[in-house]
Amino acid sequence: MTQPATPPEVEIIALSKQFGTVKALDAVSERFRPGCFHALLGENGAGKSTLVKCLMGFYRADEGAIVIAGRERRIEGPQDVQALGLGMVYQHFTLVEPMTVAENLVLARPQIPALIDWDRERAAIARFMEGAPFRLDPDAPVAALAAGEKQKLEILKQLWLGRRFLVLDEPTSVLTPAEADDVLGEMRRLSDTGALSVVLITHKFREVMAFARTVSVLRGGRHVGSATVAGTDEAALAGIMFGEARPRAPADRAAMPPAPPYLEIAGLRARGDRGTLMVRDAALSVAGGEVVGVAGVSGNGQKELVEVLAGQRLAEAGTVRVGGQPFSGGRREIRARGVFLLAEEPLANAAVRSMSVMENLMLRRYDRAPVASGPWLNRRAMRQLAEELIARYRVRSAGPEAPLHTLSGGNVQRTVLARELSEAVRLLIAQNPCFGLDASAAAEIRAQILEARNRGAAILLISEDLDETLALSDRILVMSGGRIVHETPAAEADRYEIGRHMADATPTEGAA
Amino acid sequence: MEGALGWWGVLIAVLGGAVRVSTPYLFVALGETLTERAGRVNLGLEGTLVLGAMTAFATSVLTGSPWLGVLAAGIAGLGLGALHAVICNLPRVNDIAVGIALFVFGTGLAFYLGKDFIQPRAEMLPGLALGTWSDIPAVQSALEISPLFLLGMALAFFLSWALRRTRWGLLLRMAGENAEAGRALGLSVPRIRLAATAAGGFLSGIGGAFLSLDYPGNWNEGLSSGQGLMAVALVIFARWEPVRCFWASLLFGGATALGPALQTVGITSGYYLFNAAPYMLTLLLLVWASSPRETLAGAPRELSISR
Repeated sequence: MTQPATPPEVEIIALSKQFGTVKALDAVSERFRPGCFHALLGENGAGKSTLVKCLMGFYRADEGAIVIAGRERRIEGPQDVQALGLGMVYQHFTLVEPMTVAENLVLARPQIPALIDWDRERAAIARFMEGAPFRLDPDAPVAALAAGEKQKLEILKQLWLGRRFLVLDEPTSVLTPAEADDVLGEMRRLSDTGALSVVLITHKFREVMAFARTVSVLRGGRHVGSATVAGTDEAALAGIMFGEARPRAPADRAAMPPAPPYLEIAGLRARGDRGTLMVRDAALSVAGGEVVGVAGVSGNGQKELVEVLAGQRLAEAGTVRVGGQPFSGGRREIRARGVFLLAEEPLANAAVRSMSVMENLMLRRYDRAPVASGPWLNRRAMRQLAEELIARYRVRSAGPEAPLHTLSGGNVQRTVLARELSEAVRLLIAQNPCFGLDASAAAEIRAQILEARNRGAAILLISEDLDETLALSDRILVMSGGRIVHETPAAEADRYEIGRHMADATPTEGAA
Repeated sequence: MEGALGWWGVLIAVLGGAVRVSTPYLFVALGETLTERAGRVNLGLEGTLVLGAMTAFATSVLTGSPWLGVLAAGIAGLGLGALHAVICNLPRVNDIAVGIALFVFGTGLAFYLGKDFIQPRAEMLPGLALGTWSDIPAVQSALEISPLFLLGMALAFFLSWALRRTRWGLLLRMAGENAEAGRALGLSVPRIRLAATAAGGFLSGIGGAFLSLDYPGNWNEGLSSGQGLMAVALVIFARWEPVRCFWASLLFGGATALGPALQTVGITSGYYLFNAAPYMLTLLLLVWASSPRETLAGAPRELSISR
């Protein structure tokens, strides 16, 4: 902890990095003055993460130079930059959940004493907390902290280590809007005093406009623009960020006649993998022609709820009715009542990675004509059907026989979408359907979901992306601590009101 | 004399047996706890146990010192543990498969090298006679306690303390709970796991030394009856906590001693059934531990079985 009290000046000069045939970073230059609050804006795959990983010593850049505190530095690994006072807070928490706040802080020290005198460590931590931007109970186990508090602990850990230049990689992805404002507001205050430089990696315009002082935009590995936040606006930044490829506008929302509830859940209780009660007396209903969005911080029972609906997890109590009849998720029921599922991370949860695109497309149909012909599969019929779906849903692959894992994330999701939406859908359950996709793929998938709604399907959308929930839903529910704690028509929804309900979560099994 | 004590005799024999038989369970369970708390499963500890038994016996025969035998057994176990860790540190290697391979390798190697040691008798570990205050032979024999048992008991309490209060305890738990966190802190998780698995092997080897150097004090190929494998179930039952491993070992030891104890009062009809008690116990614990409602609370999150 012998690091400078003021942040170092950091300059990146013409950094390039190639992965295979992909140029992830193409001669990007950037200067971070002491006390800056600089946002790096760009889509997934624009090169933001690659840039900071080169700076932080996780990757070695192919070309270019890094100047820290006035000297060009050879960076062999993360410890080299850490010694100069640079630190990074990752998108995924790097905390040890079963340990306490104090244990996590001690663990972060470069020199952990062989025998730990906890009284002394606690006293040192208490002194540090006095002057820290956030206060946390040192004896609280991390697993019991809310997501916002975990993010604060990640930042505290860096300050505890004396880091004065922090890179925050999508720090608010699992926070409620109020938690995000709290964390970023404190960061901004610290940078205003000149005690801290902050580099914020984000794709959220709102955060850039509200907290950053300067911004630069990356697209396709290239630096495509810089601005001071005061001198720009969202529209101008979006123009730079997306270039020619403006995302497609969502389909119109057709006025739908009121319909009876198609999915009805009452008193549902289910346990998580570790035996904790994750869904506690959840109740909701979705009518045909309606998108019901379930907002909430990840780890509040959404995953378990979807797994019960999909027949992957046994409920402990409660009823699930689809079309007025009890529903248990068997294959016959699923088909008779037109229940379909867009699971999150489709490559892991909704498809078989080593099977071909064609085979994955047939997973709902393999036991029916024309694909099934007696005990055999009719490969000609499969191929014809697959080619049709591939064309209709614009799946880009090396052909129907290509193994699914060779496709990009967007095309895997399109494959699953083609399988799940090409039949008569009466109930669609979509969980974080656009997670990790670039803006144009996400817009297309959202449009497909709205089209299914306009055809009269009941849609349950479970999403951690509040913007997505606000944009797609007719009605919004908030799930927190395994319960549905709030309901509002989307037209009257207020993001802070929703965020407040998201925040009073009971601590859970840890979503990491 | 035995008969005069009646059912009390059975109880004393079970308790004495629990103390005696629990020692190998305890050492393997502590070794497996260390390994698993660092995020790896080593199913090869049964092989380590058998190799440890052979090494200890052979060393004691050749040098005349049983304590040198204990040390040699530990070193043999350390070698097998380190081998497991080094192989598992290679990319795309599954720790369960490597464990099974080392189980077979360890027993095979012990049988091969141990051929010449089946006949001779070795210098045994002396027992501590803690029952001299009593006139009853059953009590005296139950309280003839192996120093390794006391060592294991002390070790259980020490490890429990050390996991909380020392640097290596903290690092070990971190490696087992969140390897990503370790990488973010610039620590080498494979190296932590290597140390933990090797230390676990060392302890299991010592457990093997007990098998051949305590009563009856010989080496044969049927010496272990699967204690090394049952200890893995025991660790799950003990929820990865060393002191609870100690109590669970006593439970398993008591179950193993049940058959012989009943025999002393003349109940022989269900002899084989009672001898199967530890296996039944293992089965019941595993069914209980893997019930869909009670899954693996307390399990280190990096374990391949809990991911």
